[in-house]
Amino acid sequence: MDVFYPLEWLAGWLTFDLFGLERGSRLGEALAFFLYDVPKILLLLVVAVFVVSFVRSYLPPEKTKKYLTRGREWIGNVIGAAVGVVTPFCSCSAVPLFIGFVESGVPLGVTFSFLIASPLVDLVALSLITALFGWKIAAMYFVSGLMVAIIGGFILGRLNLEGEIEEYVWKIRMAEAASPEMTRADRARGAWSEVRTIVGRVWLYVIIGIAIGGLMHGYVPAEVLSRWAGPGNPLAVPVATAFGIPLYSSVAAVIPVAGVLVDKGVAIGAVIALLMATVGLSVPEFIILRKVMKPRLIAIFVGISFVTITITGYLFNWIAPALGA
Amino acid sequence: MVIKVLGSGCCNCDKLADVAKRAADELGLDATIEKVTDIADIMAYGVMSTPALVIGEEVRIAGRVPSLAEVKTVLARG
Repeated sequence: MDVFYPLEWLAGWLTFDLFGLERGSRLGEALAFFLYDVPKILLLLVVAVFVVSFVRSYLPPEKTKKYLTRGREWIGNVIGAAVGVVTPFCSCSAVPLFIGFVESGVPLGVTFSFLIASPLVDLVALSLITALFGWKIAAMYFVSGLMVAIIGGFILGRLNLEGEIEEYVWKIRMAEAASPEMTRADRARGAWSEVRTIVGRVWLYVIIGIAIGGLMHGYVPAEVLSRWAGPGNPLAVPVATAFGIPLYSSVAAVIPVAGVLVDKGVAIGAVIALLMATVGLSVPEFIILRKVMKPRLIAIFVGISFVTITITGYLFNWIAPALGA
Repeated sequence: MVIKVLGSGCCNCDKLADVAKRAADELGLDATIEKVTDIADIMAYGVMSTPALVIGEEVRIAGRVPSLAEVKTVLARG
């Protein structure tokens, strides 16, 4: 049985029995969707953030960076992407993190694999995708997110862009990496405070995202979206990617909308490209990275990410039906 | 006693500075809070994840905003 069945039952009871809305009516379906999804997503978010933050506290970048100097091409990019997935990283630490990597001799391409993978293959996002789309789509998202990071970092590494990094970065010397000791209780408390910070910051966006999802669920006829962005339209993927870049919103807010888009017949590849561009590429991140990178490098970074995400979207359109996902 | 808060001025760094100030006040310590925002100075402490808390030139907390109770324990340990 679905673990969320009690929530589904409660949402149905509230909507159709307590408020007396008609089953199958637009307003009724939209409201039931909203009342079911809000507690479900918030609950999942709390559990996922806690578990992920707790585990990640064992792997701070000060500790993991030594693995990144071990390989150059391919192997290095694979390690960079893998470390990017597990290392806790908030965009306000992007500058010291970048300098710390460069300073300890991590190749630029490997650093980029890390920087692409870290927001893209976010473990919290992954757990929400598993809950809403099923494990097949989540596994495909995970694999293709890693591919985007590995290939994107590989290409960026090949372009020899060291000259596009701000000069002062090369002059900074880092002391031996400090990683203060933590007890298990410290880690649990830290994880709990992370839950409060993240959920406190995003809950409103989550509700807005689900409200939009609920309205679309009840009111937007499937033919409209599938005609414009269905598998038959090859332009849907790049357009979705481009649309996702300025859309800087919490992944928890986008995923419910993404779920509805899929239900309404939008091609899975376009939805995944939209998701990836939204979480993986964001304007505030570029502004922070501008402190260490020259504008040309940021443009190349965005361009390559755009292309690899678009290709991934097409791959999804091609593979997903075969897997029956 | 000098308590340093390392971070490039994001809101988490301000939060950590507030928590450190309150912790020192509640313990009745005579402490000055110093914000270190220059990236070269931050890296000189070996810190890659901000905000970080430095007491007596030693990095005690990095990459998160700790609770008031935790900072008080750290300060009391000296």
